[in-house]
Amino acid sequence: MSVKQLSQMSAKELLAYYQAKLDEEARQAKANGKLVCWSASVAPPELCVAMDIAMVYPETHAAGIGARKGALDMLEVADRLGYNVDCCSYGRVNIGYMELLKEEAMTGKTPEVLANSPAARVPLPDLVITCNNICNTLLKWYENLAAELDIPCIIIDVPFNHTMPVSEESKAYIADQFRNAISQLEVICGRPFDYEKFHAVRQQTQRSIAQWNRIATMSQYKPSPLNGFDLFNYMALVVCARSRDYAEITFRKFADELEEKYKKGESAFKGAEKNRVAWEGIAVWPYLGHTFKTLKNQGSIMTGSAYPNIWDLTYDAEDETLHSMAEAYTRTYINTCLDNKVKVLRGIMDRGKCDGVVYHLNRSCKLMSFLNVETAELIQQANGLPYVSFDGDQTDPRNFAPAQYDTRVEALGEMMDQAAQTAGE
Amino acid sequence: MEQNVKTLLEQFRTIAANPKKAVEDHKAETGKGAIGMMPVYAPEEMVHATGFLPVGLWGGNRPVSKARTYLPPFACSIMQQVMELECDGAYDILDAVVFSVPCDTLKCMSQKWKGSAPALVFTHPQNRGLEAANRFLEHEYAVLQEKLEEVTGVKVTNVALEQSIQVYNENRAVMREFAKLAAEYPQVISAVDRHAVFKARMFMEKSRHTALVRELMEAVRASDPQPWMGKKVVVTGILVEPDGLLSLFDELGLAIVADDLAQESRQVRVDVPEGDEAPLYRLARVWQNMYGCPLATDTKKARGPMLQDMVRKTGADAVVVAMMKFCDPEEWDYPIYHRQFGEWGIRDLMIEVDQEAVSFEQARTRLQSLVETL
Ligand code: SF4
Ligand code: SF4
Repeated sequence: MSVKQLSQMSAKELLAYYQAKLDEEARQAKANGKLVCWSASVAPPELCVAMDIAMVYPETHAAGIGARKGALDMLEVADRLGYNVDCCSYGRVNIGYMELLKEEAMTGKTPEVLANSPAARVPLPDLVITCNNICNTLLKWYENLAAELDIPCIIIDVPFNHTMPVSEESKAYIADQFRNAISQLEVICGRPFDYEKFHAVRQQTQRSIAQWNRIATMSQYKPSPLNGFDLFNYMALVVCARSRDYAEITFRKFADELEEKYKKGESAFKGAEKNRVAWEGIAVWPYLGHTFKTLKNQGSIMTGSAYPNIWDLTYDAEDETLHSMAEAYTRTYINTCLDNKVKVLRGIMDRGKCDGVVYHLNRSCKLMSFLNVETAELIQQANGLPYVSFDGDQTDPRNFAPAQYDTRVEALGEMMDQAAQTAGE
Repeated sequence: MEQNVKTLLEQFRTIAANPKKAVEDHKAETGKGAIGMMPVYAPEEMVHATGFLPVGLWGGNRPVSKARTYLPPFACSIMQQVMELECDGAYDILDAVVFSVPCDTLKCMSQKWKGSAPALVFTHPQNRGLEAANRFLEHEYAVLQEKLEEVTGVKVTNVALEQSIQVYNENRAVMREFAKLAAEYPQVISAVDRHAVFKARMFMEKSRHTALVRELMEAVRASDPQPWMGKKVVVTGILVEPDGLLSLFDELGLAIVADDLAQESRQVRVDVPEGDEAPLYRLARVWQNMYGCPLATDTKKARGPMLQDMVRKTGADAVVVAMMKFCDPEEWDYPIYHRQFGEWGIRDLMIEVDQEAVSFEQARTRLQSLVETL
C-alpha cells in the first residue's frame, strides 16, 4: 500500500484502487502463467475464485471504454469482422478489443488502435464463463469468444422463469451445472477443486452482497444521502469483486459514509432535491455525466434503479445442495415473467419514494427494452406516477441524442412538478 | 404426369397461403380447434396427440403499423409481423399459443402476448450436453402438457403421444427426402414451390402432409432429372419470405439445393429418438440432439462446418445468408462462419430478409452480381 493506508481511503478512492488492482492482478496472473477467465457480469464467480483464477469482466471493461470515449474504435473493429450494429454494443466493443489483443499476441506488435485506446489493459482469457440470467446475448457472445480463441467455455444456463417462484426443477438443473462446472474446472486447472475455499468464497460473497444492499437502502431517506448514479459506478466492484473482500471493504466504507451523511441530515445534492426518479435500464456510459446533470439541473435525484439491484445475490452460503445459490442466480428480475418484473420495479420505486420513472430504450439490449411499454403501463396503473422514455445505448455513443434526452427528462420534471402541486392543493 | 405435378404444387401453394381456412376446415372436420406454434421449436407432437391442429405462426407480409406501439423498430422483422397480427386479432381463432423463449426477443414476446388465446410458455435449457438439461426440459414439457390438456380438454396418453411421434418422424424423413429431390429437379420445383411445400407443413395435419408430399415426389420422379444450367446455392437463416424475394432465385437461375432455414430444414433436422424411455423424455432429447442453429447453444460453433458439409454434398456454388432483419442470434453467428467460409474458399452472400418488404431491388442486385461472379 503506497500513498495512503487502505483504512484512510474514502469509498471513492477504494473503488478506484481496487478496480485498478483487479486489472493488475489479471495482468500479473497472465505474466506468471496463471489462468485468466473472462466472465459475464452476473455469472457466478464463486467457482473460479475458489480455484484462484484471475477474473476479467468484459461488460464492465466495455462500460469503462465507453465512459472514456473509446468505444467507437472497438466498434469499428467488430464492424470489420462482420458484426452487425444490431448486436449488443458491450459485446461488439469486447469482440473488437479481443481481436486487437489477438492480433498483438500473434504478431508481437501492438496495433495502433489498441495502443491509443483509453481502455484499461486486460489480458486475453484462457477460459470464459457465461450465464444468461440477464440475456441470451451472453450465450452467443461467449460462444464466439470461445470459438475465436479456441478456449473452453463454461456455461451456467438459468432458464427463463416464465412462472414465479423459481421451480425446484430449475434449481436442480442449475445446481447440477455448478457441479459440472466444477469438474470442467478441475480439468482446465489440472488439480482437484478446492471445496473448502469454495465454501469460504460463498461466505465472502454474501458479506459483500450484504454491504451492497446496505448502500441501496440509503435511497429510502428524504433527502437521500445516496445519489443513485453513484451505484452505477460502484457496480463495477459488485460485478468484478463480489467474491473477494475488495467489494465488501469498499461497500462498507461507502455505506458508512452515507449513514454519516444521513445522520448529519445531508443530501447527496448540494441543492435541495425537488423530486426523485427511478431509472430503468443500464446507464448510458458515454454520456453518464450528461444524463446525470440534466436530472440534477432540474432538481431531480435518482433514488431507484432495478439494474444495480440485480446483484442482490443473497443466498444461503451453507446450503451444500447449492439450490439456494442457484435460485439467487436465476431470479434476476429480467429473467422472470412480466408480473414479477413489475413487482420488483415497483418495490424499488416504493423504497426510493420515487415520483416518476425514466425508461432507457436501449438500442443494444432487446431484453431490457422490448417490455418497456408494458412495464411502464402496468406500473403507472398501479402507482399513477408519470414516466418518460428516451432512446439510448449503453456503449454505442451514436445511438444517444442528448437533445432528445433533455426534452424527455424536462417533460418528466414538469409532470412531477404538476403532480406535486396538485397533491399540495 | 407433368400436369399432376403442377396441380399438386398448386395445392401446396394454396394451403400455404390460407392458414385460416386450414383451421376452419380442421374444426369442421374434427370438431377440434387449433393451437398456434410460435417459432422456433416446440414439441408439436404433443399438440398433435390432442387432435388439435398445430399451426405455425411465422409472421406474414403486412405493413407494420399497430405493432409500432409495442415494439421498437429494432425488433426482428418476423416478430414485428407477429405483433401486427396479434393486434389485428388474426390469432384469436386459436385455442392457445405455445411459446418457447430461446432468444431475448421471444422472452419478451412471450410476456406481451396481445391475442385472446392463452400463451403457454416453456423454456429450453441451453447447457444441452447435460443429462440434467434433458430432465429439466422433460419437466417443462410435462407442465406444458398439463396446460394443453386443460385448454383442449383432451388427456394426452402415452399411446397417443407415441403415435404422434411416429407421424412426425415419418414426416421429417419425407421432408428431408423432398429437400434432396428439390435439389435434383430445380426445373420442376421452383424456389417458391419448394418453400410452399415446407410452409404447407405448418398448416396441415402431418400424416396428410406426408401423404401429399409423397404423391408429389412420385409425380416428380416420373420424369428424369435434367441437367441444371444455372447456379446452385445453399441458403441459411431464419426464413426466406415473402415470395417476391424467393422468386429472385428462380428468375436468376439460382437453385436452392439445400437449406438451413429455421422455418424449413431445421424443423426436420432431428427426429425423436427411438427407445424405451418415456415419450416426453425422448421429446426432450430432440433438443439435445439439435445442431447448427444459433438458438441451440453450441460453444463449438458447428454451424460453419455443417454448412461446409452441405455445400460439399450438394455441389453448391455459394451460400446465401438470408439475414432476418434485427435477428441478433443469427447476426452473432455470421462473423464466425463467414470467416470460416473465407478460409475454406466458399463464396457467401448476405441478403436481408424483411417480411414487410414489397420491393427487392437491393437483393436482386446483390444476387445478380453473385451469379455473374460465380
Ligand atoms: S446490454 Fe443487454 S444484451 Fe448486452 S450484455 Fe447486457 S443484458 Fe445482454
Ligand atoms: S430474434 Fe431471431 S430467433 Fe429471435 S424471434 Fe427474431 S427471428 Fe426469431
